[in-house]
Amino acid sequence: MERNKKNSLETIAKNIRLSILDMISNSGSSHIGAAFSIVDILTALYFKALKINPKNSNWEKRDRFILSKGHGGAALYAVLGHRGFFPKTDLIHYAENGSAMAGHIVKDSVPGMEITGGSLGHGLSLGLGMALALKRDKSFSKVFVLMGDGECNEGSVWEAAMVAKQFKLDNLIVIIDRNREQSLGSCENIMDMEPFMGKWKAFGWHCVETNGHDFEKLISAFKKTKNVKGKPSVIIANTTKGKGVSYMEQNPLAWHYKTPRGDLYLQAKKELS
Amino acid sequence: MRNTIVNLIYETAKNNPDIYFLTGDLGYSVIENFQKELPKQCLNLGIAEQNMMGVAAGLALEGKKVFVYSIVPFVTMRCFEQIRTDVVIHNLDVTIIGVGGGFAYGSLGPTHYAIEDIGIMRTLPNMKIISPADPFSATQLFKQALKNKGPCYIRLNRGGEPDFLPKTLKLEIGKGAVVKNGKSVCLIGTGRLMDTVLELADELEKKKISCEIIYMHTIKPIDKNLIFALSKTHKNIFTLEEHNIIGGLGSAVAEVLAETGYSGVFKRFGVFDIYPQKFGNQEYVRSLVGLSVKKVANIILKIYGK
Repeated sequence: MERNKKNSLETIAKNIRLSILDMISNSGSSHIGAAFSIVDILTALYFKALKINPKNSNWEKRDRFILSKGHGGAALYAVLGHRGFFPKTDLIHYAENGSAMAGHIVKDSVPGMEITGGSLGHGLSLGLGMALALKRDKSFSKVFVLMGDGECNEGSVWEAAMVAKQFKLDNLIVIIDRNREQSLGSCENIMDMEPFMGKWKAFGWHCVETNGHDFEKLISAFKKTKNVKGKPSVIIANTTKGKGVSYMEQNPLAWHYKTPRGDLYLQAKKELS
Repeated sequence: MRNTIVNLIYETAKNNPDIYFLTGDLGYSVIENFQKELPKQCLNLGIAEQNMMGVAAGLALEGKKVFVYSIVPFVTMRCFEQIRTDVVIHNLDVTIIGVGGGFAYGSLGPTHYAIEDIGIMRTLPNMKIISPADPFSATQLFKQALKNKGPCYIRLNRGGEPDFLPKTLKLEIGKGAVVKNGKSVCLIGTGRLMDTVLELADELEKKKISCEIIYMHTIKPIDKNLIFALSKTHKNIFTLEEHNIIGGLGSAVAEVLAETGYSGVFKRFGVFDIYPQKFGNQEYVRSLVGLSVKKVANIILKIYGK
């Protein structure tokens, strides 16, 4: 990838993190750590990989993107705003009284928001249904579903994994935000899912592993799924919860919940700028 | 009833490639022809109901009309959150076909009974709930339900039931059907149990108690206007359902009556908040829990003072 292109994606991602910081601080919301770990994945998708039209969010030939990890919603709202689906200035209303944008994602709250989500383990089934319809309709559109690794504790995820393989849905691509943290501690301590990739392989998926904060590697991972036939793909993207702000990266548990305010807000702003 | 409904779906799907029928690996001797003729539209999603309901929602988000089929507890309770969050919150065109309402699967035991489903489904905004009594009326109601574009739950019995309601009844979703006029008591029933309601009316008529019989095939939206009218014309209103008296038809009628200032007699007949501890065919289990003509008639006669 050209240095210029990579730099510009990094700049975009940085600005998106700054928006998220303001959105969450302003509304007193949680989940900033979870939002920050997926910013680079979302940036790579919306600014490079996805076939979309910000001026026509219902364009029938678009790729579909589902944020199954709905509590990362602030990140998706910010990315959609920065990508031009709606004015960035609207982001300040995130999770405010009277806002259509709740803390988790809400369908059509803004153009480009495909589903209402937030309950873990639902998005893959929704995406599977979409992928099935698109395949039957002989569409070239793909369905991308972004899930958390903690989210993969949910049995419904594995029901969907099993069925996606059965129906040979090669237009379905899952990305896992493998930040190795969940609500009450590390994945390893709470629900160790290793061998994680081994599980997806055992379910018959084409598996790719990548660095979820490196644009070159992310885009290369997307490319690796392009020509896979007859089976769905999963990209396990290794990430850091709270990526971009030192104190959040060091204390992922707290920053699943806390709102950065005062000095901590200023420090985050400084580190991101 | 299930064969009737599945065949209707098949006939509709033949002319419309946007109709999908999903089954959770059930429907032996019911879906084979559908699967063979329309394999891209009649899909077996395996024994994984939460995913099945999510897939139904995903298909519907892409503009498809989706039917989801299984035995009642598996297609309503196993995946209730998916119904709520994926289907209802998105207000999608998904119709849930539940087989085995009440004790239709009598001898199979309590895991296959359904005495809670209407209760939980009633709490979902925009969910229509239809509980037909026999194949003929099920057909009429289903044809109307086809035009519905939001979430819907159709609660069936099993297969092979006879038609027993008059075929001249005017049936409209959302409106209770008056099967018979009578002044003394009003019997409001739903589903397959309407057979018991009709027999009960015959028994009571023998004791000179004239019965108004209402076939309340639609439990949500409940026919408030009809109930309001009945509250003015009748002083003894009884509901009958093969469901817990908590949460189902009886509760729905009670909610309306309580807000009308009705001061007459009202009693719900159904399952009195228990799971049976002995099993047998549908008729046996109904009787065991008190839903036999004789047992209900005795109580009504006592209430009526005869």
